[in-house]
Amino acid sequence: MSEKPHIDIDKVADLARIALTDAEKEKFSSQLDSILGYIDKLNELDTGHVEPTAHPHSIENVWREDRTEAELPTSEALKNAPKQRQNMFVVPKVVE
Amino acid sequence: MEYEAVIGLEVHVQIKTESKIFSGSRAGYGYEPNELVDPVVMGLPGSLPVMNKAALDGIIKAGLALNCDIPDTCKWDRKNYFYPDSPNNYQITQYDQPICDGGFVEIELEGETRAVMGEHRKVALTRIHLENDVGKLNHFSEDSLVDYNRAFTPLMEIVSEPDMHSGEEAFAFLTAIRQTMIYCGVSDCDMEKGQMRADANISVRPVGQKELGAKIELKNLNSITGVKNGIEYEIKRQTQELKKGRTITQATWRWDADQGRTELMREKEDAHDYRYFPDPDLMPVRIDDEWRNWIRAEIPELPFDKQRRFMDEYALPYTITSVLVPDRVLSDFFETAAKQAPQSAQALGNYVTNDLLRELSESSQSLADCRITPDHLLSLVAAVEKGTITKQIAKDVFVEMFNSGELAEAVIDRKGLKPDFDEDQVKVWCQEAIDENPRPIEDFKSGNEKALNALLGQVMKKSRGKANPQAVNPMLRSLLS
Repeated sequence: MSEKPHIDIDKVADLARIALTDAEKEKFSSQLDSILGYIDKLNELDTGHVEPTAHPHSIENVWREDRTEAELPTSEALKNAPKQRQNMFVVPKVVE
Repeated sequence: MEYEAVIGLEVHVQIKTESKIFSGSRAGYGYEPNELVDPVVMGLPGSLPVMNKAALDGIIKAGLALNCDIPDTCKWDRKNYFYPDSPNNYQITQYDQPICDGGFVEIELEGETRAVMGEHRKVALTRIHLENDVGKLNHFSEDSLVDYNRAFTPLMEIVSEPDMHSGEEAFAFLTAIRQTMIYCGVSDCDMEKGQMRADANISVRPVGQKELGAKIELKNLNSITGVKNGIEYEIKRQTQELKKGRTITQATWRWDADQGRTELMREKEDAHDYRYFPDPDLMPVRIDDEWRNWIRAEIPELPFDKQRRFMDEYALPYTITSVLVPDRVLSDFFETAAKQAPQSAQALGNYVTNDLLRELSESSQSLADCRITPDHLLSLVAAVEKGTITKQIAKDVFVEMFNSGELAEAVIDRKGLKPDFDEDQVKVWCQEAIDENPRPIEDFKSGNEKALNALLGQVMKKSRGKANPQAVNPMLRSLLS
């Protein structure tokens, strides 16, 4: 068996844009580690003869025809916005 | 030391559909902010995406037209990131199983002059995949405003291999993709409307070196000319840096078209970790031969093939084909006429590319709105060939046809352009011209063929331009012999 999986809690928190206290880091690290350990159990199975699957259901080609439906009124769409201006969502300036 | 540039392009092209890629909101440009949104587009809890079949058809068509393999299956993945352009905090895209594999784009480089066809070559593609477009941010000094109208428009990403070496090749690559997409009706590729966007990866290395140099990603290339200029500037900049003995570090730069230079955007790529995983909301897609084949049958003759055929079948000069072919409607218009009078194809091509385009542009009309049909062109060419009117008068008749919608004969009758004299009258004018101009006759008799033109001009003048030079010429000769 491979070595015990270990989660890099700082990286995970950073990727999720969540600030964690030291106590939280410790708590979540061990929780996530145990989840990883559980998933790792699956590696014990021999899956050599099983085809990889992208989806638990074996259904394919679920689609709709190219027809339009009523939109959400702009006012409704903006209803939950903490801040809005000119019918747009106001967000902090972050230039990507 | 000599250096060479290696360039790869990532081209985003919106697929022209009525509704969005995963929901029924309209897809379009020029609407009021946040008018084209619905719960899926806004990423509201409980909403679920459903594939738009037309977006799949569109990318398969694009892929087949660009010589890609279309594998039997593809699937959807989530690309996770935080940025306000995506309210879901992920983009639905295709990570390891794109819908189109490989392929190539045939490009044409500039010829020696505009009258000469340039060299053609193939630029290899890596893949084309489908994803949802994202919202648009408008940056202000204190904050940014987000409009999600563009979000979830079907978007394909065409990824080239690092297979180009100059701004000119990148320009030709984008032009070829644009024309192919327009021909196929997959996209209008209007860069001003964001329907086609390009990022370039550019590196420079000493000639002969196998490994690629450090990669600079160039963004904000907002027009096809911008792509060319931005890349050329960046190649020059990197080459100069290397020649000074400096090293290039991987970074993202942006092209500033107003200043005509590139500037650093961000130095270190924060080793993007998008944590791709299969999207559980969407089912994989299986594509069989029946599907591939009906789409293949929908693909029209592609621009370069049409151009070669026009030069071959109708003996059109390159210059005429290079005006006709980029416009599918115009070239079809030409061909409708040319099929009925293949022997006059060049004349027809000239009327279309000179007279028709000039009148359209002067009157700001489109071909579809104007009154000229292929039959108008055919009637004009026939009148010239029969000798009813001269080529010179035909130019005026064309303008009349364009304005009134009459066929050539009707214009000729109405304006009295038909010769109102017979052959004997022409003979009289010829004799008069000979009698009145002893000097040119001397010249002609002593072997100066061009001297005949002076006499011809006199006869044309006497006939008020209506005589047919092709008939006058031999008549003068026989009178002089």
